[in-house]
Amino acid sequence: MPAFCRDCLAESAQGLLVCGVCGSRRIIGHDELHEVTIAHIDCDAFFASVEKRDDPSLHDKPLIVGGGKRGVVSTCCYLARRYGVRSAMPMFKALKLCPHAVVLPPNMAKYSAVGHQIRSMMDDLSPVVQPVSIDEAFIDLTGTQAVHQASPALTLARFAQTVQRDVGVTISIGLSYNRFLAKIASDLDKPNGFAVIGQQGVVDFLAPRPVGILPGVGAVFQERLRRDGITLIADLQKMDAGELTRRYGEDGLRLSRLAHGIDKRPIVTERESKSVSAETTFERDVASAEQLHHTILALSEKVARRLRHDGYSGSSVTLKLKTPDFKLITRSRALPSPTQLGSKIAQIGRELFDKEPKGKFYRLIGIGVSDLAGADQADLGDLVDTKAPQQAKLEKALDGLRDRFGSASIKRAALMPPVKKS
Amino acid sequence: MLAFPPEPCDSVAPPIRSGGFENNHDQSSRLIRTNDEESSEIMKVTVERASLLKSLSHVHRVVERRTTIPILSNVLLRAEQGVLNLRATDLDLEVTETLPADIEKAGATTVAAHMLHDIIRKLPDGAQVSLETGSDNQQMVIRSGRSRFTLQTLPDSDFPDLAAGDMSHTFTVGAADLHRLIEKTQFAISTEETRYYLNGIFLHTIEVDGGVVLRAVATDGHRLARVETPAPEGSNGMPGIIIPRKAVNEIIKLVEIAGEQVRIEMSASKIRLTFGSVVLTSKLIDGTFPDYQRVIPAGNDKVLVADKSEFAAAVDRVSTISSERGRAVKLAVADRKLTLSVTNPDSGSATEEVEVDYEASPLEIGFNARYLLDIMGQLDSDTAFFKLSDAGSPTLVQDREGSNALYVLMPMRV
Repeated sequence: MPAFCRDCLAESAQGLLVCGVCGSRRIIGHDELHEVTIAHIDCDAFFASVEKRDDPSLHDKPLIVGGGKRGVVSTCCYLARRYGVRSAMPMFKALKLCPHAVVLPPNMAKYSAVGHQIRSMMDDLSPVVQPVSIDEAFIDLTGTQAVHQASPALTLARFAQTVQRDVGVTISIGLSYNRFLAKIASDLDKPNGFAVIGQQGVVDFLAPRPVGILPGVGAVFQERLRRDGITLIADLQKMDAGELTRRYGEDGLRLSRLAHGIDKRPIVTERESKSVSAETTFERDVASAEQLHHTILALSEKVARRLRHDGYSGSSVTLKLKTPDFKLITRSRALPSPTQLGSKIAQIGRELFDKEPKGKFYRLIGIGVSDLAGADQADLGDLVDTKAPQQAKLEKALDGLRDRFGSASIKRAALMPPVKKS
Repeated sequence: MLAFPPEPCDSVAPPIRSGGFENNHDQSSRLIRTNDEESSEIMKVTVERASLLKSLSHVHRVVERRTTIPILSNVLLRAEQGVLNLRATDLDLEVTETLPADIEKAGATTVAAHMLHDIIRKLPDGAQVSLETGSDNQQMVIRSGRSRFTLQTLPDSDFPDLAAGDMSHTFTVGAADLHRLIEKTQFAISTEETRYYLNGIFLHTIEVDGGVVLRAVATDGHRLARVETPAPEGSNGMPGIIIPRKAVNEIIKLVEIAGEQVRIEMSASKIRLTFGSVVLTSKLIDGTFPDYQRVIPAGNDKVLVADKSEFAAAVDRVSTISSERGRAVKLAVADRKLTLSVTNPDSGSATEEVEVDYEASPLEIGFNARYLLDIMGQLDSDTAFFKLSDAGSPTLVQDREGSNALYVLMPMRV
């Protein structure tokens, strides 16, 4: 069985538990170690790791990143996890479990910068990188052996060292022959882990695991399966694909394939955008139509600018509202032709808003544009709307100013803070 | 990818506007008739099945299948002075019709319109139908031959009245002229919610070459139709009004059964048309129709004349290849030859040549195939007369030079 040491990267003799070269115990070995090429890389307790990196005094303290407006745990370090603290847990509960934890508010700008740094390092590994979130990505390393003069497994082990050295956080690597198994593998050996799942024995490997680990099986679907007597992947493996398809439609067929370790989804470098949106959660719930109109305009401008930046236009506008009791309201309207104009998006957003009952409080408001087309289709105007092309030129000119002098350099008067008369 | 201009979504609801054209409970409660003295005793009336069915078919179309206000599902029946009067409304539009009836007891009630229509429709031809309300006026019994139906009623006093108020202008127009004004512009009405003022036909009078014409205009921004007829006496100076789509759809059907003349009364907010025994009253769209004159190209100098049927058939054939969306057909014209072509990256391509009269410099321009066919369908002559400018500018289409029906079409990029 091929194996190597994750610390000195030296090939290891068969069956050794300690590296013959450097004495490390971090030996990784697998029959298909040098054959599998699909990796899932997940940063360990990312936000907390970044904070600990920047403040070594936190190193041996349980750390919780979170709180802020709505008071839940975003991320907690592995020390805090020992006390039972988990992501998305309300802060008061987390502090009851671990009263001496250090709590830091999230610094998204910093995490985003570190995330981008790691992502650009991934781009050196393979042209096929699919980011999933700020701290997580799939990489297809097929055919990169010649470039790196090493198998994907060795390349990844070296990458983990580089990230730890240059960025100062640890990652966990899952390596397999498809996406779904790579994702499962990265969870097997956290933190600072490396796990391989090969084709051989995959059915036996999956059999005792709960169906909830399969992608697309959320709490609701899992409950439905449980009522039907299916809790383990083994239960799915015993069933015929046709029977599963009859019961659960296309999902059933997919489940049957996944249960046998089959996942044909490719790693795609750039997901085609389906919509562009922006939203804001208020510090305090808002009912004022004036203020909400104002926010709609600001969000619409943000969306429009992003549309222009990414070369899109959209012909459907969606208004999203969340009530204080977390009820989500969405209202959409189709446009006769695609737009990337903030003023037009805002106008429709406001019209949709004005149809809602007046005086209601909202905790969140969002504006989205979907049904995307290319930028060349946008705002050509028509027989009635002859001003759109000029408006488009104006907004593009504003983009130019903002790119050069910063986003605060020019604003619509409507979005300016009120000036006090002296 | 969307090609320009995209086809409008057909499923857009009619506009709900504040002021004059709204459809909410506040409005309905104001419309509710409060004159209790008219409220009826027992009604008993006999009518011919055929004439009742015909009248019901005119009024029941106004009734929305789904409505949140129960009485709007009903038709008002009022028997008095030798006639039975039927009335239906959706609060924006009201249609009434009177038919001769044998009245035993005058009175009024309301019953479910679609159900009454279905019942009368299924009764045998030539039957007599008697309608009688119970003493408590909570039910109406329908008897015909050996059939007997009992329908729940709602009090006629709750039935909303689209109080028309004072009408500022009254005139009569030839039924054929009205039919033409509407039929030839209806296709261009927009369904777009945001520009609600395009959801109807703009009717107004205007002076043209020393004479006054009654003009109908509709546009969805991609095509525009403008049709006119000499202004009927009394129409000059009428307010420019926008007749909403639903009213337009009913008017076109009712004008077909009207006699020679249709009487039109209007104010700034309502229109009433009388087609013999049928009267339609509608609210108008409260908005300003855009200045359409400035988009009608005056300087297009490239004249193209094609055989209409040949051209339409060729457009239809080549557009077979185009995708559902962005049905663009490219017109390349040089000398006396017009080449129509469609390229669809997913399925293939098609071209067809048509002989035309064209003497200007060669030109390539793209149009939405369906829009072209819609306009061809409106032309009365055997020829189609185009006035083009360039690939980016609107094109004028007519039967012939100077025709009183005119169409403007935005090009598409191809």
